[in-house]
Amino acid sequence: MLYRTSGQFKTSYESDQALFPVKQDAWLLMVILVAAYVVFPLTASEFTFKALLVPVLIYSLAAMGLNILTGFAGQLSLGTAGFMGVGAYACYKLTTIFPEMNVLVALALSGLFSAAVGVAFGLPSLRIKGFYLAIATLASQFFLVWLFEKWAWLYNYNASGAIEVRTMEFFGIVVTGPTASPVTQYYFVLAVVTIICFAMINLTRGRYGRMWKAVRDMDIAAELVGINLMRAKLTAFAVSSYVVGIAGALLVFFWKGAAEPNLFDIPLSFQILFIAIIGGLGSILGNFLGAILIVALPVVLNVLPETLGISINSATMEHVNDMIVGALIIMFLIVEPHGLARFWALIREKLIIWPYPH
Amino acid sequence: MEIFYDVLIDPFVQMVEAPDFLLQVLWEGLVSGVLYALIALGFVLIFKSSRIFNFAQGIMVVFAALTLVGLHENGVPAWLAVPLTLGVMYVLAVGVERVVLRPLVGQPDIILFMATIGVTLFLIGFGEFVFGGENKVMITEALGIPTGAFEFYPFDGFLLIEQKDLTAVIMAVLLVIALITFLNRSSMGRAIRALGDDHQAALSVGISLSTIWVIVWFIAGVIALATGVVWGARAGVSFALEVIAYKALPVLMLGGLESVAGAIVGGLAIGILEKLFEIYWGQPFLGGNTETWFAFILALLVLLFRPQGLFGERIIERV
Repeated sequence: MLYRTSGQFKTSYESDQALFPVKQDAWLLMVILVAAYVVFPLTASEFTFKALLVPVLIYSLAAMGLNILTGFAGQLSLGTAGFMGVGAYACYKLTTIFPEMNVLVALALSGLFSAAVGVAFGLPSLRIKGFYLAIATLASQFFLVWLFEKWAWLYNYNASGAIEVRTMEFFGIVVTGPTASPVTQYYFVLAVVTIICFAMINLTRGRYGRMWKAVRDMDIAAELVGINLMRAKLTAFAVSSYVVGIAGALLVFFWKGAAEPNLFDIPLSFQILFIAIIGGLGSILGNFLGAILIVALPVVLNVLPETLGISINSATMEHVNDMIVGALIIMFLIVEPHGLARFWALIREKLIIWPYPH
Repeated sequence: MEIFYDVLIDPFVQMVEAPDFLLQVLWEGLVSGVLYALIALGFVLIFKSSRIFNFAQGIMVVFAALTLVGLHENGVPAWLAVPLTLGVMYVLAVGVERVVLRPLVGQPDIILFMATIGVTLFLIGFGEFVFGGENKVMITEALGIPTGAFEFYPFDGFLLIEQKDLTAVIMAVLLVIALITFLNRSSMGRAIRALGDDHQAALSVGISLSTIWVIVWFIAGVIALATGVVWGARAGVSFALEVIAYKALPVLMLGGLESVAGAIVGGLAIGILEKLFEIYWGQPFLGGNTETWFAFILALLVLLFRPQGLFGERIIERV
């Protein structure tokens, strides 16, 4: 009823291919944006910012980067966390070498470094496919984490071997470091995510997005119709690593505040892969849905027994958590292998034709 | 020029000058290579028969070892704990087939791969929940594995071979022989290989997919237990063992995902080469701990020339 599309006529190709061919989609997005920009900051507590809102945004961004590569271009990657690390360390070095640099500029530049590393490790994809490629991307994962540990220049020869974020200002407002307020950090991350998300939606709808999808569906066929495979695959690696690198920099600078090399170890890669797959490969919306599920679930599971008045020690809780998350992943894959985004697409379709079944 | 000498020539001079040390390094590499090969075998078996890239193989190693030690700690004698653990692995195989694989038949490869990561996560949580997360000691003596060491004096030098390492190698060789005999001689083994060649054809001659899957996962479980016992005897039993599972992945790349021979050759090659690299190049020039990535880079380089690995099936693609 609310999603009735009758009366919305498309008279040209442009209007049919527009970002929101159905008006209600635009309205829904407006509601979500208002909630994110106005309602949450007014109502959420500090704990909610730190434990839910900021991580969800950062993880969605990382998953979005991975989704460009795996969901749109069809190149399975298990090395996401390594590229996140490159972004984080690049941002750290940039802000120490050029202390005057604007945080946003440093962030944008650090993405370039991870993009370059991503292209270098993407080169094998021209020869290797499928699971062989997935294992090959693990090479970047292990090599990069080893590099973060051994190359002391990267962490400014700290005795601890960790990088620590100093206090930085963005046009006079403190945005990083221990004194920054969670609300400003949230706004900063939200703005970055909104901009990149908008760019990615349009990129995947355009020339490059179609190239990637053609390569994903069948690369030999794509080559035969005149798509330059090398360019398609390497641009996918570059764009993906750029977004992932920025997500890594945000993770350290706007959420954790400090990082050791093992933060970027393989569990993080898998967590992001889970988000991308449970959310839905080849979808932008899915990343947000997946991140909400994967990030919020452990938090809810931790808080739940307390509110129910059951006391379980935290170690046991953690183990049970792993079990539940594992079981849920299997369950989601069985119920809807195409992810939460497909769920929403089905619901939307039903709403449009309601009350008729077809 | 000095750097070239240091990197390219000096390590070989060292190898020739101290052959006993070289032998020791080679032996250590061989032992870890055998273990990598065993884990890779578990992967290969499952991949061959079902095209599933079973990420959970590594965690099955830990889970099997934990179950064995956990049972023994709770007063079950060793001779009973081993068959009981095998029973647990069988239940696991049946469970995975029923709950995870059967509903997902025909889904894209990546979905099945993710499902095995889900199994991994579940097993980590379950194992820690039941047996606790702390490091345990493998029940080496209760299982009758000798713990002494042989000393040799080749080239006027000194070579130490631990008996448990030797046991591991012998056990692995026996296991591989048994496995190859089973695959080549028994009707069940032939059915597994038939399924690997062509699913549809195998089904049409009456081979039961679900039975074979249970059996293959059970065999992978048996291999996991053997690996867990010998590796646990070397390094203790904890979820840190999981990392060795990642080491089996470059072995698979190098040897090819479908090849039993590839898993063995690749495992040994990687075990030996990474040890050599670590001792003679990694520690002097790169600050050590290169074992985490060397195998991957090596496999990557090989793959650039042979995209299907050394022994993998040739990839033929049609539009």
